Amino acid sequence: MATSFRRFGRRLVGSISRNNFSTSCEKQLIQQQDGGGKSLNLYSAINQALHIALETDPRAYVFGEDVSFGGVFRCTTGLADRFGKSRVFNTPLCEQGIVGFGIGLAAMGNRAIAEIQFADYIFPAFDQIVNEAAKFRYRSGNQFNCGGLTIRAPYGAVGHGGHYHSQSPEAFFCHVPGLKVVIPRSPRQAKGLLLSCIRDPNPIVFFEPKWLYRLSIEEVPEDDYMLPLSEAEVIREGSDITLVGWGAQLSVMEDACIDAEKEGISCELIDLKTLIPWDKEMVEASVKKTGRLLISHEAPITGGFGAEISASIVERCFLRLEAPVARVCGLDTPFPLVFEPFYMPTKNKILDAIKSTINY
Amino acid sequence: MALSKLSSSSSRLTNLLKPVTTSFLLHRPISTDTTPLTIETSVPFISHQCDAPSRSVETTPKELLSFFRDMALMRRMEIAADSLYKAKLVRGFCHLYDGQEAVAVGMEAAITKKDCVITAYRDHCTFLGRGGTLLEIFSELMGRKDGCSNGKGGSMHFYKKDANFYGGHGIVGAQIPLGCGLAFAQKYSKDETVTFALYGDGAANQGQLFEALNISALWDLPAILVCENNHYGMGTAEWRAAKSPAYYKRGDYVPGLKVDGMDALAVKQVCKFAKEHALKNGPIILEMDTYRYHGHSMSDPGSTYRTRDEISGVRQERDPIERVRKLILAHDLATEKELKDIEKEVRKEVDDAIAKAKDIFHSPDAVICFSYSQESPMPEPSELFTNVYVKGYGVEAFGADRKEVRGVLP
Ligand SMILES: Cc1ncc(C[n+]2csc(CCOP(=O)(O)OP(=O)(O)O)c2C)c(N)n1
Ligand SMILES: [Mg+2]
Repeated sequence: MATSFRRFGRRLVGSISRNNFSTSCEKQLIQQQDGGGKSLNLYSAINQALHIALETDPRAYVFGEDVSFGGVFRCTTGLADRFGKSRVFNTPLCEQGIVGFGIGLAAMGNRAIAEIQFADYIFPAFDQIVNEAAKFRYRSGNQFNCGGLTIRAPYGAVGHGGHYHSQSPEAFFCHVPGLKVVIPRSPRQAKGLLLSCIRDPNPIVFFEPKWLYRLSIEEVPEDDYMLPLSEAEVIREGSDITLVGWGAQLSVMEDACIDAEKEGISCELIDLKTLIPWDKEMVEASVKKTGRLLISHEAPITGGFGAEISASIVERCFLRLEAPVARVCGLDTPFPLVFEPFYMPTKNKILDAIKSTINY
Repeated sequence: MALSKLSSSSSRLTNLLKPVTTSFLLHRPISTDTTPLTIETSVPFISHQCDAPSRSVETTPKELLSFFRDMALMRRMEIAADSLYKAKLVRGFCHLYDGQEAVAVGMEAAITKKDCVITAYRDHCTFLGRGGTLLEIFSELMGRKDGCSNGKGGSMHFYKKDANFYGGHGIVGAQIPLGCGLAFAQKYSKDETVTFALYGDGAANQGQLFEALNISALWDLPAILVCENNHYGMGTAEWRAAKSPAYYKRGDYVPGLKVDGMDALAVKQVCKFAKEHALKNGPIILEMDTYRYHGHSMSDPGSTYRTRDEISGVRQERDPIERVRKLILAHDLATEKELKDIEKEVRKEVDDAIAKAKDIFHSPDAVICFSYSQESPMPEPSELFTNVYVKGYGVEAFGADRKEVRGVLP
């Protein structure tokens, strides 16, 4: 896989100080250079997907706090001008209302694309998502559903976001049958996966790695394309250990793989992409080959989605495992402000865990 | 006023603030004249389901001068926070209060530190009004040990228990039911105290507000809901988000008053009135018509969704500090030069506090941080794990491999 890094000037929301913090996020991430298209950053790729979604379906709507001005991260720039304010509009500041409204809109056969400004602010809408959206189809015996609903929300660290602009709440939603949870790792992935989510007949929570909005740049095909949900992808082949992650964490993990390789350890890196329902078969096949598994995510380790992957793989691959499954995750603390560098599952932590798993 | 008593607010900080306090004390005392003075509010109060308080506000020269000084200090502090942010010494998200100072100052003049105050993330000046110190503020902003939350919170998370300031809350609207819960406890304690729960015009559209209003009214809680209407929630003008931007009326069965939030005396008058009302009759909404000069947060230039003319118009016609300056001059309570001197003084106070917050020598374990050149002590790394649970609940830290290196934390 051709992967090259180079520095990239502009940064997200002010600048990011990266003392004591070694990951690759400060570098620009370029993946999949084959295939052509225009070079785009992640927020522009999302923007393109939204343009296409609105263009191809007259019953698609985009709404949320400040979205008609482009949104905090510029993902919805130009949409209101292009499609008019009856299809792209600002809502008042009330997440519960945004999601409830989206469920109603979707229940009448529309595609409701709702934005929650930060994943940290999704909790006022938690009841609507968990009890209304996720169970609508089941409890109505398939008379009603809100499959046209897609909830987009930026998640994860940005270097200095503090308690309420940095959290990774994906595991809460992975505990809810009836929902899908999808997280892209790059611009090309973001565009294809978001279009799939919007068109998928199930309600979906789509978390966007906000750290990569500007930092991650790659060639993105300009046409309308979709990437399959619930299909993971091996983004780096290897034979000694399998690493599983999603979103922004993959670039950190990829760095660790590169360093491990210098020490003669061959790592296989898998991007899960869809967290529920997830691609167990691909992870299982990889672990059966390597005999070792490491999972990494930014959310706190306890009760994180890594725990679910670990349990499932132990069930399926018990006799093939050469070492306990390793998890390198956020710590069991609230997301800290000044201590962010200590909290994060950094490249060095991953590298150490790779080595101790190999030497177990 | 608490702000003028900088030196006595915390014994631990007294020494640290020596230079600040001396410079302050050296100056000839600000007017101590307490002869009553009656001043008319800028505009009448508008009421909903209740009588309005009188427009004639009792004050004194001393109070007016303290309003001037306190607001000038707040203004200066916010401008300094802006520079620190731009110099990358403040991390995290940072929301400034300049323009809205009269709300914090007027409210404090009407209530005591036994009353509770709770607000959202735009909390620097509310904290200062509750008697917090500049050193605590700048240290917290810069994530230093001497901060009011030990450097663990940052701009949006200021608290002051001894003055019943229940803090800065980052989730829009979440502080309102919490504040009503404080009022609920106050009803039991029967000590004639109330809670002021502040929220913005954007927050006024959150469902939580209405849930809290109903409960507070049902149980006659001594809750005063203060809507600081600065007319924008981030980039959204009030009329884009609210069917009725008459926030003082939106409690329906809950009485409300609309107030010129740029007039510290009007704010004082209405807060006094509201406290009495709440103790007797239960909740009341105060809509403070105010304005924020800065953008929403540091990443918002504040000029894309409103015109520069609008901002400069408010500055010229309604500025809360200028209003008090004019009153002082019109009543001949101080000279123009004396007011300028006060402004110089507060500027120095702010500069000194920043220097202290940055000073690497003022803390016993400053040595550890020498390598950070220029920067003052950060909290100990182990602080990352404290206060998650009560001590002794067996929180563990894991080493990089998550198995071999493991320790139980305090
Ligand atoms: C639940 C929630 N949703 C969204 C946000 C993001 N956000 C922070 S402040 C803000 C605007 C609030 O405006 P307003 O209540 O008028 O207060 P002001 O900033 O004007 O003081 C928004 C949307 C948040 N912090 N919490
Ligand atoms: Mg506002």
